[in-house]
Amino acid sequence: MNQGNVVIRTRDLVKRYGSFVAVDRLNLEIYEGETFGLLGPNGAGKTTTILMLLGLTEPSEGSVQVVGLDPTRDPLGVKKVVGYLPDRVGFYEDLTGKENLLYTAALNGIPRKQAEERVNELLERVGLAEVADRKAGGYSRGMLQRLGLADALVKKPRIVILDEPTLGIDPEGVRQMLQFITQLSKEERVTVLLASHLLHQVQQVCDRVGIFVRGKIVALGCVEELSSQLFKDEPYVLEVRAQPTTEELIRNLKGITGVDAVEQAGDTLLLHCMSDARGEVAKVIYQSGTSLLHLAVRGRSLDEIYRRYFLTAEEQTHRRAG
Amino acid sequence: MGGHELSVQPDAKLGLHKNWFNKLTSAWASGLGAVTHKELADHLGGKRLLILLGLVAVTGLSAVYVAASTIRESAMEAVETGFVFLLLFSTSGGSLPSFLSFLGFLGPLLGLALGFDSVNGEQTRGTLSRILSQPIHRDSVINGKFLAALCAVSLALVALTLLISGLGIELIGIPPSSEEILRVVCFALLTIVYVAFWLSVSIMFSIVFRQAATSALAGMATWLFFTVFATLLAGLVADAVVPLPSEPTALELMRHQRIEMALSRLSPTTLYYEATSTLLSPHTRALGPISVEQLEGAIPGPLPLSQSLLLIWPDVAGLVAATLLCFAASYVLFMRQEIRAI
Repeated sequence: MNQGNVVIRTRDLVKRYGSFVAVDRLNLEIYEGETFGLLGPNGAGKTTTILMLLGLTEPSEGSVQVVGLDPTRDPLGVKKVVGYLPDRVGFYEDLTGKENLLYTAALNGIPRKQAEERVNELLERVGLAEVADRKAGGYSRGMLQRLGLADALVKKPRIVILDEPTLGIDPEGVRQMLQFITQLSKEERVTVLLASHLLHQVQQVCDRVGIFVRGKIVALGCVEELSSQLFKDEPYVLEVRAQPTTEELIRNLKGITGVDAVEQAGDTLLLHCMSDARGEVAKVIYQSGTSLLHLAVRGRSLDEIYRRYFLTAEEQTHRRAG
Repeated sequence: MGGHELSVQPDAKLGLHKNWFNKLTSAWASGLGAVTHKELADHLGGKRLLILLGLVAVTGLSAVYVAASTIRESAMEAVETGFVFLLLFSTSGGSLPSFLSFLGFLGPLLGLALGFDSVNGEQTRGTLSRILSQPIHRDSVINGKFLAALCAVSLALVALTLLISGLGIELIGIPPSSEEILRVVCFALLTIVYVAFWLSVSIMFSIVFRQAATSALAGMATWLFFTVFATLLAGLVADAVVPLPSEPTALELMRHQRIEMALSRLSPTTLYYEATSTLLSPHTRALGPISVEQLEGAIPGPLPLSQSLLLIWPDVAGLVAATLLCFAASYVLFMRQEIRAI
């Protein structure tokens, strides 16, 4: 689904600050129109990578290409087509939200009249039309973040880079923000690069995810791919909650082919099996006349994937250090 | 298209000019104009310039008022020496120092106030990385900031000078001669350069220090050092290098004086005072110690403007050079600053 043109490509990208390696031989390809999630803990080098993509920081080694341009050589060409929402985005507090966006438009050389139209339309879209003429100093964190998104879109970018766009905003704000991002990608075919440490949000909106630990991509692909890679040789653990949990039910469950063991933990049953036996399990429970409350494969969420990759990367570095 | 190219054969000089002009307009279009426009609007609409200008205006007006009454008391004497209008700016009356000294003392504050948070303020508010991710040259930001503050300062100082001139004419009732007007124009220009120096100092501090409060304090410290302590210190150093006995010889006095002056001229405030006081009192003939022999045969009288300008040329050059140096330093610092720190 994402084999379009490559719009962002890095080759053996390295960034050092003194002896500290922030980005370590990063190879990354992002295709036109996809939503790519750069997922990693704080301090993994996400922001540094973004700054190099924008030409705001020079790489120590390696090369970057954004829409075929080298950001170090032609930063203006790159900045013309890339919209950027920095983490902890700020605005001029004594200007109104609208004036702030108009300033961005002026910096992009958009003529005043066109800029007015574009800004009004964007403010409408991010739901800030009503407060457009209020000073940005009075905006809440969520409003600022939405204004930041509008700000990144003023120049009609081909690529939007969002650095922790949902940080510090309430759940409703997060929902809205993710909805905007999905809309952007689906309706306007804008390539989105989303850097975050919040897995569930990335999982919701991104086509592909790169897990980024200590300046390296340790895993890359869509969420299902990552999960099958990681859990290839592992038995499934199914979580089952049924009402009531009877001895007979447990016996029946044990009888299912493929189920090795049944463990009882509180009111939850843990079924160890070699394959995904959810269908069989549901059938057995239904036939035994008890009601099924919960049935899930344990530990196959992005959380688990992320934690495992993170751990393996940590182990490797420890081993190397040792 | 080919034919068009062939027909265009500008001569080298014209082409150069055009090239330069094109560069300027393209820089203006790619961000510099927008930054300057926004910053200027901020300064003119902001309270900071208003407060400081109010302070300078009140002190200036009272200084001129007092000067005018002093001039009126000794009107005959004043008229005899000529240049009564200029006396308004340079006369100190009783308890109040002259307008000139006030400007030399408070002018730096104007420059410091407009620049001390120009870069680190944007860093702490998180606006700088947003602005720098727009398709503008990085130097547009710092150039625009300097240019806008300079424009605001110039506007304010010109308005103030005009206001005071008007008040002065009203008070003493003698209109200025054309030479006096020219001298006041030069004085205003010099004041703008002087304030521009402090502006570039404060912009430099705003890049070096991460906190606006720190850069403001550093600016104040530099200001106090140059306006108050530099001359004191120059005297002390001269005393140490050439200790004067109770009855010093002419040579010793001369050497002492030379060292003291050379040191105190390192301070832009001294340069400003020397230059402006020469401009505003045309009778000043030299800026250093003069022996009696040198004065022999001299006819006392005012110098024409061109000669006064010649006299202060080194001071003006020094002041401009200091301004450019500070601005160049901030330019380089800003261009090389790691964006990660921003």
